[in-house]
Order: sequence, then structure tokens, then C-alpha cells
Amino acid sequence: MSVLVYTENWDGKFKKVSFELASYAVALAESMQLPVAALSLGSVEASELEKLGAYGISKIYTDTNEGFNSLDNQAIAKAVSAAAVKAGATVVILAHNNLGKAVAPRLAVRLKAGLAAGVQGLPVTTSPFVVKKLVFTGKAFGHVSINSTVKVLTLAPNSFGLVEKATAASIETFDAGLVSADFATTIESTNKVTGKILLQDAEIVVSGGRGLKSGENWGQLEELAALLGAGTACSRPVSDEGWRPHGEHVGQTGKIIAPNLYFALGISGAIQHLGGVSSSKVIVAVNKDPEAPIFEAADYGIVGDVFKVLPQFIEAVKTIKSA
Amino acid sequence: MKILVLIGNVPDTTTKIKFNADKTAFDASGVQWIINPWDELALTRAVELKEAHADKIESIVVANVGRAETEATLRKALAVGADEAIRIDADAKDAWYVASQLAKVAAGFDLILAGIEASDYNGSAVGGMLAEMLDMKSVSAVSGIELADGALKISREIDGGSQTLSMQTPLLAVVQKGIAKEPRIPAMRGIMMARKKPLNVVAAADAEEHTAFVGFELPAPKAACKMIAEDQAGELINLLHNEAKVL
Repeated sequence: MSVLVYTENWDGKFKKVSFELASYAVALAESMQLPVAALSLGSVEASELEKLGAYGISKIYTDTNEGFNSLDNQAIAKAVSAAAVKAGATVVILAHNNLGKAVAPRLAVRLKAGLAAGVQGLPVTTSPFVVKKLVFTGKAFGHVSINSTVKVLTLAPNSFGLVEKATAASIETFDAGLVSADFATTIESTNKVTGKILLQDAEIVVSGGRGLKSGENWGQLEELAALLGAGTACSRPVSDEGWRPHGEHVGQTGKIIAPNLYFALGISGAIQHLGGVSSSKVIVAVNKDPEAPIFEAADYGIVGDVFKVLPQFIEAVKTIKSA
Repeated sequence: MKILVLIGNVPDTTTKIKFNADKTAFDASGVQWIINPWDELALTRAVELKEAHADKIESIVVANVGRAETEATLRKALAVGADEAIRIDADAKDAWYVASQLAKVAAGFDLILAGIEASDYNGSAVGGMLAEMLDMKSVSAVSGIELADGALKISREIDGGSQTLSMQTPLLAVVQKGIAKEPRIPAMRGIMMARKKPLNVVAAADAEEHTAFVGFELPAPKAACKMIAEDQAGELINLLHNEAKVL
């Protein structure tokens, strides 16, 4: 019995979420008194693999087959499954991001395991194994009991955080036994978002709504986000109008996020939007309408014009940063 | 080409969520039911593809796991443009159970479309589980599907960008926002025609279930919002720094 965590990389570097997953896996294994191992798929150098040791991982399996770069869901599920069998894993942890969501259900079937997706924090109890997750798209929490011998979890990003625990990590080469025919996802082109904070990774998110009136008015919002090292997001009407890309839409049918700080600028706060952001630790709302529902969800609010408020926000942040 | 679209029956997205007295089950009294929003977008895209490629797409079938009261949702899917509906007569228990039921009716389809999650229990599981049970390739976070010569041109979101893929059928695509611009609203003609389209009821098969909800809780009510005057906006940033300590 052990805990296995699948730590994802991008171009050979671990994603931030992988270190959170490692921290989580170590804490979970400790609470269940089980050993813990990490799995890395694709070409990641030893110096990068060793970084997992900083979060308490003592054992790392690595299969450097370049086919994994295709992000073929079935192939990755096969590989994680093979590693889980090798490690004798009874709990397998993935990220609740695009790749984790794609792989986890396939993996669960291979391992005859129950799956809980979008888990928040450590289990409520480990025997029976009960975890907490958002349901009704952020409007409530549910407690899910996983009753199978092997359990698969996807962890909601930012729900646990990073916990450093310096450990010497041993690296073991692992061959999941995949051949080129397993990688049947043919990539024609990749459009990489560079120089921007990934929305799911962001600790601060600055989000704009219809109150910004046009896609051309995002300059100050982006300036504030850049100053704060924040991700940018938007409400549904904004992405429907094509002012911002769909990937930025948070709320029902878009993304569910849980940053430390969420700025809702010119967003009225329809129930569908609130579901996607209500787990944020602190919410700031700026809206012209004092009756806007966003103020019921917010911790700090300003009734006013976004275009008058944004320059003051930017100045104040600059002052704090230079202090 | 035959397309199967998986349909979830979920509470309307504006529903105020409440639970029974001991907080072990969702209280469905007075709830309006709709097609799961992501499934509705998937169906819309399937109908658009069939309209654009009438020569290539033979039929669109929709399937759900649910009791008789979910038939109104399937009739709506028929009204939007599906040709045939299948209802597997069982309570939709956990994702494993639902995927196992769907696996019994999913043979012979070239393209299966599933929404990336359901707006009730947000399980993000049925599509991927079904693909694995059928030993079929899958692509997730799909925001675009086009028919190309002998292949499918798929757009997917990845963590940190987006990709265009060329995939062969059979394929299961787990779709998200962007797959269709807006869900299609059934026209009166579609609603009339839907009444005559086949809705087949299939008995449930024996299947396992591995998870169960044992309790629910509503988020703690928030303290009142602290209001700052428009011309003192900089003070709000100072509060975030000194009081909330998130900056």
C-alpha cells in the first residue's frame, strides 16, 4: 500500500501545481502512515526531478518516453496505471486541471478505482475514505466516500498550497511499456500562452465584466494584473462577445477558480458567475450598481466607475510595491 | 458517421441549492430540470456538423441514464435536433455506474461527445470512463470539432495554451465551452417533430459503483462587504495589504 502522485511537466519543467500535488501527497501519506512516490512522464532531467524532494518526495519514478509530449489521454492513463501497480498504490493523486481531468477517469477504470474529482484539501476521514469537494458548480460542498480498494483523486489547484520539507529523493527509471502506436494523438499546432500567469495557477486574479464596455478597454486591467503578478479572467458575456478568449471565462460553464484574491471589476455577479469564484479567499468588487449581487459575495467593495477606480488601484499598488 | 451525445439531466443553473434535513441528499422539490449546459453545447455542435455535412453524418443519438421524469430533457434534445434518444432506466448513481450503463449502448458510434462535467456533482468522469471501458481514444477540454478529409480536426485547451489535433475515428471527445457559440434553442417545428422521434427505454445492466455522497454543506455566510468610496479607491488596496494581508 502506498500513495502515488502524477507530477506533470511542461517542456521538461514541473508545473507549479505539481509541487502542490507533491506537498499534498506527502501530507496524505503521512496521515495514512503509507510510503509516497511521484511519477514523472516525458523528458525531465534529474536536476528538475530532484526539486520534488524539497516537498518531501523521497521516491521518483521517471519514464522519459517522448511520446508523452502528445498528451495522449489513453497512453498517460496506461502509464500511470502501470506505475500504480508497480508501486502498489492504493491512492493515486492527479491535478484537477485539463490533463488531470482527462486522465483520471481513464485511470480509475484501469485500476477499478473510485474517483473523486476536484478534491479540496486532505480527506475528512481516511477510514472510511471521505473527501470534500465543490458541488453544484461552487454553490455547495459535498462529502464523497470512495469505497473501492484503490482510490483516485484530482486535487483542486490552490486548495492545499505548497509545504516545503527537504528530503533526498531517489530516482528510479521506469518503463511503462508504451510503444509508438499507443500515442495516437497527432498534434498539428500548439499555441502556447507565454509570459502570462496561468489562470488556474494564479494566486491573484483580476477579472473584468460587461462594465468595461468593450474589449479595447482592458489596458488598465492588464496593467493592474501585471503589477500584481495576477492572472486575468472575465465573465461570461465578455467571452461570448469575443472581447476576451474563452479560456478566461470563470463561472458556470467556464472555469472554477479559488485564488487568494479575486478582483471583480464591472461584474454584476450572476449566480452562475459566483459559483465559479466563491471559493476565493478575498473578493473585491467594483460596480456602478449598489444593488449588484456581487457585493453580497464580496469582502471589499466600491460602488463606482471602474475607469475611475482602476487608476487609483494601480497607483496604490505601485506605492506598496515601492515601499 | 454516427454520433452519440451523452445527456445529463441537471437542475436549472439558477436553482437555489438546498438539501434534506440531515444534509445527506439534494432536495429536488420545485426544481426545474435542464440539459447539462456542457452537454447542450455538445449537442448543438453535433447538430451544426450534421447540417453542414448531411452527406457524411447519418444520425445523432442522445443517451442518458435516468428515470421516466428525465424524458422531458431527452425530448428537448430531440427538439434541438437529435434523431433518436435512448433512456437507460436507472438512477444515475456514481460515474462508474453511469459510464457502465452507457457502455452497453455506445457500440457502433464513430464519434461520442460528452460534456466536461455535469453542473450538479461536477464529477468530470463519465466521458473518460466510458472511453476507457470502450478502449476508445479520447480527447478532453475540446473547444472545436471540424470534419476534415478522413479525420477530425480537434481544438483542445491544454494547461498553458491550446492545440489543434488531427484524430481518427472512433473518438470520444470531452467538450467544454467554445465547442458551440451558444446552445441551440428548439424551434416550434423541432418541438413538434420531437414528439414523433424514437425514445427507446433500455433496462439497466448490473454495474458496480465505487463512490457515494455521504453529506453536503452550504458555504458559511459571508460577513458584510466593507464599502469604500469611489474617490478613496487606493484605501481599498491598503486594506488588502494591511488588513486582509493578501497583497
